[in-house]
Amino acid sequence: MTNHWVDIKNADLVLIMGGNAAEAHVCGFKWVQEAKQDRKAKLVVVDPRFTRSAAVADYYAPIRAGSDIAFLSGVINYLLENDQIQHEYVKAHTNAPFLIDPDFGFKDGVFTGYNADKRSYNKATWGYQLDENGFARVDPSMQDPNCVLQLMKRHFARYDADTVSRITGTPKDAFLKICGMIAECANPKRTMTILYALGWTQHSIGSQNIRTMAMIQLLLGNMGMAGGGVNALRGHANVQGITDMCLYSEVLPGYLGSPTEADGGLDAFLVKRTPKMLRPGQMNYWSNYPKFMVSLLKAFYGNNATPYNDFRFDWLPKSDGAYDVLAMFERMHQGRMNGFVCQGFNPLASVANKTKVSAALSKLKFLVVIDPLATDTSEFWKNYGEHNDVDPTQIQTEVIRLPAALFAEHEGSFTNSGRVIQWHWKAADGPGETREDTAILGELYTRLRALYAAEGGAFPDPVLGLHWPYRIPTHPSSVELNREISGYAISDLADASGNVTVKAGQQLAGFAALRDDGSTACGNWLYSGMWSEAGNLTARRDNEDPSGLGQTLKWGFAWPANRRILYNRASCDANGKPWDPARSVIHWNGKAWGGNDIPDMRPNADPAESVGAFIMTGEGVARLFAPGMAEGPFPEHYEPFETPLGRNPMHPDVPAVTSNPAARVYQGDMEMFGTADEFPYVATTYRLAEHFHFWTKTSKLNAILQPEHFVEISEALAKEKGIRKGDVVRVRSNRGQIKAVAVVTKRIPVLDVDGRKVHTVGIPLHFGFKGETKPGYITNTLTPYVGDANSQTPEYKAFLVDIEKA
Amino acid sequence: MALQSLDIAQRSATTTAMPQVRKTVEVAKLIDVSACIGCKACQAACMEWNDLRPEVGRNVGIYDNPQDLDDKTWTLMRFTEVEQENGLEWLIRKDGCMHCEDPGCLKACPAPGAIVQYSNGIVDFHQENCIGCGYCVTGCPFDVPRISKTDNKAYKCTLCSDRVAVGQAPACAKVCPTGAITFGAKEDMIHHAETRIADLKERGYSNAGLYDPKGVGGTHVMYVLHHADKPTLYAGLPKNPSISATVALWKGVAKPLALFALGAAAVGSLLHYVMKGPNQVSKEIEDEVEKEDAQ
Repeated sequence: MTNHWVDIKNADLVLIMGGNAAEAHVCGFKWVQEAKQDRKAKLVVVDPRFTRSAAVADYYAPIRAGSDIAFLSGVINYLLENDQIQHEYVKAHTNAPFLIDPDFGFKDGVFTGYNADKRSYNKATWGYQLDENGFARVDPSMQDPNCVLQLMKRHFARYDADTVSRITGTPKDAFLKICGMIAECANPKRTMTILYALGWTQHSIGSQNIRTMAMIQLLLGNMGMAGGGVNALRGHANVQGITDMCLYSEVLPGYLGSPTEADGGLDAFLVKRTPKMLRPGQMNYWSNYPKFMVSLLKAFYGNNATPYNDFRFDWLPKSDGAYDVLAMFERMHQGRMNGFVCQGFNPLASVANKTKVSAALSKLKFLVVIDPLATDTSEFWKNYGEHNDVDPTQIQTEVIRLPAALFAEHEGSFTNSGRVIQWHWKAADGPGETREDTAILGELYTRLRALYAAEGGAFPDPVLGLHWPYRIPTHPSSVELNREISGYAISDLADASGNVTVKAGQQLAGFAALRDDGSTACGNWLYSGMWSEAGNLTARRDNEDPSGLGQTLKWGFAWPANRRILYNRASCDANGKPWDPARSVIHWNGKAWGGNDIPDMRPNADPAESVGAFIMTGEGVARLFAPGMAEGPFPEHYEPFETPLGRNPMHPDVPAVTSNPAARVYQGDMEMFGTADEFPYVATTYRLAEHFHFWTKTSKLNAILQPEHFVEISEALAKEKGIRKGDVVRVRSNRGQIKAVAVVTKRIPVLDVDGRKVHTVGIPLHFGFKGETKPGYITNTLTPYVGDANSQTPEYKAFLVDIEKA
Repeated sequence: MALQSLDIAQRSATTTAMPQVRKTVEVAKLIDVSACIGCKACQAACMEWNDLRPEVGRNVGIYDNPQDLDDKTWTLMRFTEVEQENGLEWLIRKDGCMHCEDPGCLKACPAPGAIVQYSNGIVDFHQENCIGCGYCVTGCPFDVPRISKTDNKAYKCTLCSDRVAVGQAPACAKVCPTGAITFGAKEDMIHHAETRIADLKERGYSNAGLYDPKGVGGTHVMYVLHHADKPTLYAGLPKNPSISATVALWKGVAKPLALFALGAAAVGSLLHYVMKGPNQVSKEIEDEVEKEDAQ
């Protein structure tokens, strides 16, 4: 979330799209109710299903799964055509006035620089026009035909209401009604918040779904505002935390890039990763990249990391290719991976195409499962009849289960969706032989280190040289780890006048204190300051709220720098005056920035200096034109890889751009995509309020509340197929089949799309062959093995199936 | 229960005077159906607090689970899909005992002290006195009490009378994540309901209103409904609930006679026992039962 949970109450319009907050984020949903009850906010839900969020919405509109970009691009077109944008904001805080390379273009569904063989882009033309000093050229009048705003007008003009309705199946009047409600938030005194989750990320165009909404929020002037923002509702209770700490192999903690062989040494790596300033006088905060990186290396390698050995940059693993979840199981499937340590993860159930995952796990020599539960994955080799029909005699993988303690059985910190890091205390001892994850990993590491010390090995140095300062080496404590992640001084730190401000060994106040000379260590620059000399700030529980906005700055610690609303400088106009004084986040008081949040700005930056609000970009403004994206600097509608239409209605004659032209597809997986003639119905997978992922099916109470796998279909499809409610049905995709109970409901709309009827089959994902719920199939038996072009998140939300009475 | 015994205002099949020394506040649980997302946290909390574990059932093609109230399911979300003029509505109502001010179950109950009403309005079953006759089921206008197949006693929501007695809200109200369930003095709950109804009217629900039916003297569980004019939309919530004429008759006129009859039967049984000894199952009946079991 760019904002935070409590801040939802400050919104005038709550849009839930690409998510189902009432069911997947039940507790946080209270803030939506607060906004409705206390601020008279309206709630709008756009979803392929009439969900429990829709049940309490002021307005609901259906949409075909996988067509969100068309819908949102239509909203952009509506805002631009009707001139419902916040002009001053757009001019001051976005790159709308920036001039783009005249060679940049878009034709036949692809942008300039596309290489069809590599399914990727050469982005040479996706850049600003630069002046002689290397700064981007701008046209403050935003009239130049090559300025971003004019390019946007041309790009999005194609998404008129009729086209949107034809692609999405959303009735035109419903679409226009929602456009009207959104457009009201171009008023500086009205804000919209958007709550989304995996309904947007789990598509082959997932990142662009979110980006399109970010563009809308920028046009409306809602970024940085109380009650605004683009708000990803992350998984419970610590998915934000593991993402920040490098869930993905392509990043290091704090979203620093993970090095590759092509990077060379540390200097070259830093030059490549440290952005240049693109407009004069900008903060360009990533220019501090070397400080963050060197401090991280010091945390990793301690005294072994010195300026004379590049801080042991050479010890970091250099990836030789992708290691995202799809790439990992592809390697495993190809027999190129021998062992797999699976911690807090149930991939047999949660990764796409269960059959492929099962085959991949069967090729391993060993599988280690670190989990509090006996997961489906840990018994992938066991025959559970039709629900897991494998032959154990043919599977040689050795499976080792290491029982881990649950979150309530140890202390530590959680980071919630709103980036608030909160300490939690141990409630009980774990049962039986369980150990904390840190104890399991500590034991594993110390034993490996002993083996390397005794026997050598291919490359023992990084293992033997790892900084491991913990009091009990086999069990690093959460306290020690959080202190290290927050950062400390290795030697005395002096200010510019030579006065020592931080003594060696002291905790740092924040990332501003980090150095690139090896005098500081910090495990994650974003978390710096959470454990300062003032103590463990994540353990604070003071809900004092002088703002009345829910800006409880003494509750826990929010990254970065305890800032609650990101980009909050943009809540003010160019002169530092809040757009909405009644919901003032920060303001310029003539001498400094201050107010109800930690300013996202140099505290003494006079507005006259024109330091841009988006301090993380080299240009100081937010990017409506974003060359960082894999499939284009502007979003474009592409069909899911399994489309009921068989073509992209935006480019009906160009088969190559039916689906995301920059998405990676492995050989063998392309052939496993089904087509509409055999699999005519759109399927989408989702969660239910009664369950949490694949975990609570092991809990009796949850099992009582939602006991058995089911699929949801409309009354019309049920009639067509002769299916009655309660019947057992078989759902098939080109990758496999499941059986489940049919829930026949009015809540699944039948849509008119591109001249045909499109039916949706809704499939909850929680069930499996292990647990207290009735034994069932694993939903991901059905899902396709393709991911988003940027994040490689699998396309769980839109694929094709057939359904029949079993 | 010792303290609560001071607060008993009514007791089934009892004519002795009730204690009157202590004063308690009349309470109510308000369920704002328009704010409910049907997450079933209230059901989970009810099972946890009361140590109830019904069987893990089946999905029968609907979201309601378990499918009905039973001896171990004292509250239940009932989901109804209704097509209205403005489109589809998914009405989700938390079903359970309404804790009537004029409780039909208590009136119908022939077992002394099996059903009580506290001075705060809560209607509670005291199972140790229950004879399993099922009259409370007949007497309830909301079809709530259920007779257990295990012990042949009647069960229903207690409004967490144990928690309320020590100043806590019922478990369901405590966990409700959206504030759809609130608990407090009935007067305050009515006031809160008025603000919610005003909000709903502003949003176009012109018939929004409070469900506190007069036919049973008002209830200590009340609903805010978007369509208060059509309560039956909400999984058959009765429009004008009242105690059936038979039960009213039983309570009003016939009960003293019936009590006399019960008493006479008891005296008769005693005489029978004294004069003839305990009843014994005849050999013929035993043989018959064994034969049936073997089949």
